[in-house]
Amino acid sequence: MRRTALRSAIALVALGILGLAAYAQDASEKEIERYRAMISDPMSNPGFLAVDRGEALWAEKRGSKNVSLEGCDLGNGAGKLEGAYAKLPRYFADADRVMDLEQRLLWCMQTVQGFDTKDVVARRFSAPGRASDMEDLVAFIANKSSGMKFEVQLGHPKEQEMAAVGEALFYRRGGVMDFACATCHGDEGKRIRLQALPNLAKPGKDARETMGAWPTYRVSQGALRTMQHRLWDCYRQQRWPVPEYGSDAITALQVYLNKQANGGEITVPSIKR
Amino acid sequence: MKKVFWIAALVFNSTLSFAASAQTMSKPADPAVVDAYVKATFGKAPPEWQARIEPDETLKLCNATHNNVPSADADKIVARELAKVVYPADGKLLGDWKEGIKIANNGRGGQFSDPPDTVAGGNCYACHQLEKKELSFGTLGPSLTAYGKERNYAPDAIKAAFTKIYDSQAVVACSNMPRFGANKVLSEKQITDLVALLFDPESPVNK
Repeated sequence: MRRTALRSAIALVALGILGLAAYAQDASEKEIERYRAMISDPMSNPGFLAVDRGEALWAEKRGSKNVSLEGCDLGNGAGKLEGAYAKLPRYFADADRVMDLEQRLLWCMQTVQGFDTKDVVARRFSAPGRASDMEDLVAFIANKSSGMKFEVQLGHPKEQEMAAVGEALFYRRGGVMDFACATCHGDEGKRIRLQALPNLAKPGKDARETMGAWPTYRVSQGALRTMQHRLWDCYRQQRWPVPEYGSDAITALQVYLNKQANGGEITVPSIKR
Repeated sequence: MKKVFWIAALVFNSTLSFAASAQTMSKPADPAVVDAYVKATFGKAPPEWQARIEPDETLKLCNATHNNVPSADADKIVARELAKVVYPADGKLLGDWKEGIKIANNGRGGQFSDPPDTVAGGNCYACHQLEKKELSFGTLGPSLTAYGKERNYAPDAIKAAFTKIYDSQAVVACSNMPRFGANKVLSEKQITDLVALLFDPESPVNK
């Protein structure tokens, strides 16, 4: 109930701000900035509820082996979570693949826990009344890298391949509208309607601020969302087909984007419109 | 005929600040490897959806050069795309500007979340300013306020605008703008309604 009230209050503020935005560009930019500052208060960010749920899921014994995920190696050693997200996606020798956090978690559920991931994948994106283990786990694990900086992993040839493919995908146009990621995110200071668009075609501030703010609590969706969901939604708006969850093109794009964001600070979960 | 395109190219040149902004390219990925990734992520989509992300000859050139296509290839693209443009049989390029406003505001269609029978809009406001009173407009494309008025409602300019909306790359190779007619996003009628939004003296765009 309190969550609902909080959400409504935030939504009301958001509506008010958006209303203002229609009248004056400069004033609206300032107001939006003020709104962002207001909602970035951790005490009012419902994304931290997902962090708490994720913590419980991480320790829960599940699967045919009846063990928790604490035996899962996210790159820094089994069960070591501090700073793991800052170095993902990365190459894992045991799987002989580059994986992002979601792919690695699914792999650990299957191999470490002997857990059937079908239901977890079906609930990959939460909806009202349907929590997502994946969103909650990512919120919890990414939060363990909050305050740290992205250290993109490009030492292994397969990581380099991911970065190169990610760049090619960023510029690959398609769908009935001929849109690529670069159509909207390839230049400075552009807007779609009133929404400012980060330039992700070059390393630096925009990429750092963008990538360092995911996972995030989306006020408009009333849910914590991860980069998997953001890219799924980007491809929807690009008029591309539905991308497969936790698949290689999505991971390649994340490697490319983290390369652009390298050295940027992670502050998560954040809170966004 | 050539002159029309030259004028059109001038008119729309300002749209292309993107293409001009040189982005550094690292060693490009092997196209076969990229295709394997695309298959891994989109391979379960219905065949007609997968066909939409198979780059045609034009997009292959745009993709490989990050839209900064060399002039010889640009000429080939413009010629190829121009051949796709079908002008109205009755020669009437100006439709109904009131319908044009609706199309310019409609961003639906073509998304995997849309019902298949959704009538697509042009979503012009996502990228362009049109009527002065509409303040929620994007800046990916140039402002189109007073578009027809500034061109004295000239027939050549009207035809160039129809061409541009039908197939943007028939005017500028690797333009960021969708090829609305050639890709069958908008119907001929919808395109003439948008041309009217730009060129009808009564259209709020020209007020």
